Amino acid sequence: MIKRQLNSVAFYLLVISIVVVAVFPFYYSVITSFKTGTDLFSVDYFPKHFDLRNYRDVLNNDNFLRSILNSVFIASTTVVCALFLAVTASYALARVRFKGRGLLLMTILAVSMFPQIAVLAGLFEMVRFLGIYNSPWAMILSYTIFTLPFTVWVLTTFMRDLPVEIEEAAIVDGATPWVIITQVFLPLLWPALVTTGLLAFIGAWNEFLFALTFTASETMRTVPVAIAMLSGASDHEIPWGTIMAASVVVTVPLIILVLIFQRKIVAGLTAGGVKG
Amino acid sequence: MAQIQLANISKHFGKTEVIREVNLNIKAGELMVFVGPSGSGKSTLLRLICGLEEISSGELTFDGESMNNKVPSERGISMVFQSYALYPHMDVYKNMAFGLKLAKSSPEDIRERVMNAAKMLQIDHLLDRLPKQLSGGQRQRVAIGRAIVRNPRVFLFDEPLSNLDASLRVATRLEIAKIHHEMKSATMIYVTHDQVEAMTLADRICVLNNGEVEQVGTPEELYHSPNSLFVAKFIGSPAMNLLEGDFAKDYQCQTLGIRPEHLVIDPNEATWQGAVIHTENLGSDLYIYLDIGSDSPLLVRLSDQQKVSKGEIVGVRPKWDHLHRFDQHGKPISAPIGAEPSTVLETQSA
Amino acid sequence: MDTSLSLSKPNTKLKSVSSLRQQKLRAAMWFLAPMVTVLFCVAGWPLLRSIYFSFTDTSLTDLYGGQWVGFKNYLTWTTLSSGRTIFSGTLADPTWWNAVWNTIKFSVVSVSIETILGLMVALVLNQEFKGRGLVRAAILIPWAIPTIVSAKMWGWMLNDQFGIINHMLMALGLIDSNVAWTSNIDTAMFSVLVVDVWKTTPFMALLCLAGLQMIPRDIYEAAKIDGIHPVRVFFHVTLPLVRPALMVAVIFRMLDALRVFDLIYILTPNSKATKTMSVVSRENLIEFDKFAYGSAQSTLLFAIIAIFVCLYIWLGKLNLNGDTQR
Repeated sequence: MIKRQLNSVAFYLLVISIVVVAVFPFYYSVITSFKTGTDLFSVDYFPKHFDLRNYRDVLNNDNFLRSILNSVFIASTTVVCALFLAVTASYALARVRFKGRGLLLMTILAVSMFPQIAVLAGLFEMVRFLGIYNSPWAMILSYTIFTLPFTVWVLTTFMRDLPVEIEEAAIVDGATPWVIITQVFLPLLWPALVTTGLLAFIGAWNEFLFALTFTASETMRTVPVAIAMLSGASDHEIPWGTIMAASVVVTVPLIILVLIFQRKIVAGLTAGGVKG
Repeated sequence: MAQIQLANISKHFGKTEVIREVNLNIKAGELMVFVGPSGSGKSTLLRLICGLEEISSGELTFDGESMNNKVPSERGISMVFQSYALYPHMDVYKNMAFGLKLAKSSPEDIRERVMNAAKMLQIDHLLDRLPKQLSGGQRQRVAIGRAIVRNPRVFLFDEPLSNLDASLRVATRLEIAKIHHEMKSATMIYVTHDQVEAMTLADRICVLNNGEVEQVGTPEELYHSPNSLFVAKFIGSPAMNLLEGDFAKDYQCQTLGIRPEHLVIDPNEATWQGAVIHTENLGSDLYIYLDIGSDSPLLVRLSDQQKVSKGEIVGVRPKWDHLHRFDQHGKPISAPIGAEPSTVLETQSA
Repeated sequence: MDTSLSLSKPNTKLKSVSSLRQQKLRAAMWFLAPMVTVLFCVAGWPLLRSIYFSFTDTSLTDLYGGQWVGFKNYLTWTTLSSGRTIFSGTLADPTWWNAVWNTIKFSVVSVSIETILGLMVALVLNQEFKGRGLVRAAILIPWAIPTIVSAKMWGWMLNDQFGIINHMLMALGLIDSNVAWTSNIDTAMFSVLVVDVWKTTPFMALLCLAGLQMIPRDIYEAAKIDGIHPVRVFFHVTLPLVRPALMVAVIFRMLDALRVFDLIYILTPNSKATKTMSVVSRENLIEFDKFAYGSAQSTLLFAIIAIFVCLYIWLGKLNLNGDTQR
């Protein structure tokens, strides 16, 4: 009896430590973001200060606001394009038997695991050639390299799970493949689309390498680059308070989204087996 | 109304032949049931007629017009699927109207046809419900309704009752029989593995085994004169008793078949005698299992008035005109008993 | 007679291809074409160009002025008059080999720790207890935070003067003076590993959990009735059953770890102890104006990862063709 109680106490201690480790860094950056001046240099485990000045600084920084807009624009455009191309492609991959389907699927999976650096030189040339260096289009183009294979792969697994008989009923009803996709499958797939789109969005939102390489001016930066480059009045002073406030600003919406779509995200991650 | 002709139809998936050289003529307006055990190819044959699978060789015609190259929607067919296959995101009305909409019928026409079908199936109060809000039986009605509104020449049913529970199955069976009578204009093909369903619904039955047609005929024909041992075993419930060895030798055949209902207790003139090893009382009928020394016990169907108890020794004799004799190829022997053994040989070579 | 036979044969063959299948195949082609084209443009072509650049002396400022130089960027040698041979090129570059070892060290250690911790967390989450949903939500947080942001957060926590980690460890008496975790050569790799493990263990845990949840419960109940010790059950029942799912997750993570860039670029900038292949390669490509040289390095990284992808595809062969449906 006592052993069992001890066991369950130990179990809950384990659970609590998992939660604390997972949440603490974010919690600590929230606390830090409310500190200014010399308060920053005292270590506090619990919130003591509540100064909104860092947030005011961040939200009054036009370049930072601009980078949020850039990120939103780039990530949504990339995701919409990827989904648009992926829906029809995944129907073909999931529902039509043709020669070379296995090979094509493998290639797509392989591309999603490409090291981005391996295409950086070629993409740099292409971006320069197209004249889109230092513009959002450079990112939209380059992010497709991971959002497109990912969405195709995940949607193919979802599409495969839709019942065959519904498709056959539609065929008997006289539906062409295009009608089957748009009028029968798409309405059934929208939860999967939301999940896949969200995962791809997070991937695009968080991307750093391409964004760092293909932007030059402060106004063109995406959020990760902007945060990485945040600097204080002088070179040696790192504005930790502002950085933390900016981090919180860009992370909170993501966390809320992730928590809302928790179950779906887990389903999407395991379906795709690909990192978000 | 279409007359369907299957000429030398074969189908193979890769190297495995699923349908072998099937020749079949389905009369206009008839309800033909494909029956057979799982893997016999009955569903594949239906899908070939539907156009969901391509025909490997042979020709399929509706009223003399070749259908081999037509997509399903051009064939004038409609199909009721085993899992209903309703569109989950459309309400009942939209489900039924979808095919008409794709065929570009006028909205008034669609409305009228959907309403008529819905009334006929008594689902007109459910038109704005989604499939998930319906019971299994209601879903099946919607699936049938969706097939009716298209006013097809040929109706295809792929095991439509197998997902329903026993009581609903009987009710829906009646419903389908009713539709068959009301819609004289449509030829119907119905696939099932359940021989009771086949016997009760069919104008004619096509028994399939291993991708080949075993026998085509009315339920009575199949019951009274099965064309092969396979059909004899498959049709009839409970199944026919099959006796081999010395039991059959007495009747100059390889296998002797006698249905449980064609055996009578007759202590005076007992052909076979044995102990009752098990009894099953179904209320109206009493089934007894007799150990007469054959491989499996002899099943006898008695009326409920007769009282027989376990362990009792009982003698039975068959009704002579209901004996089925089969040769070593499983083919029936038509010659009367007592004829020379040479007749047996003759049937073999035929 | 003969002619009519030979004539009718191709006819029946033509007929046997149903138009439904043709319609589907034609549609599939049109549906796939845009995706394949786009993918080729953003992945295939740039990859080929990168590989091409690695055999030239192209520079960042003059992308089209490069001359073919063969394997010069990979390995060349000249023999001096004194008889000594001098090697040059990436494969003779100690910085590159340092980066290779850093990458391998980082990948192997981080993925191993993440696998073990991930499996542990998954085992915890696989139990029925109050607040399980809450815990699962909590472990999703590190995953949702952008890598750059988590690098900054941890950079602050690991700060040598004001960092909470130093403060904590001092209070516990584990260290007696502040440690410059991220800039110290000896601890930089450790810091990077800590952050990566923190950030990616949730992903591993979720994949493991999905694997665990596929194991039927009655197996555990049977083991319990037979009185088998839980530890034995874990090693003899659970582990073999989740191994396929675990292997897939490990290889995914491995591929991801091999190309790591952003975490290291932000958390430990310019630290010799943590520079990975991606970091070194980008440095040469963009910052040092050794465009072709960097291309050679990125091509080498690609080759290494390609080997791992082949490994994954080989292991995941079963579910790749995915013919669960006809």
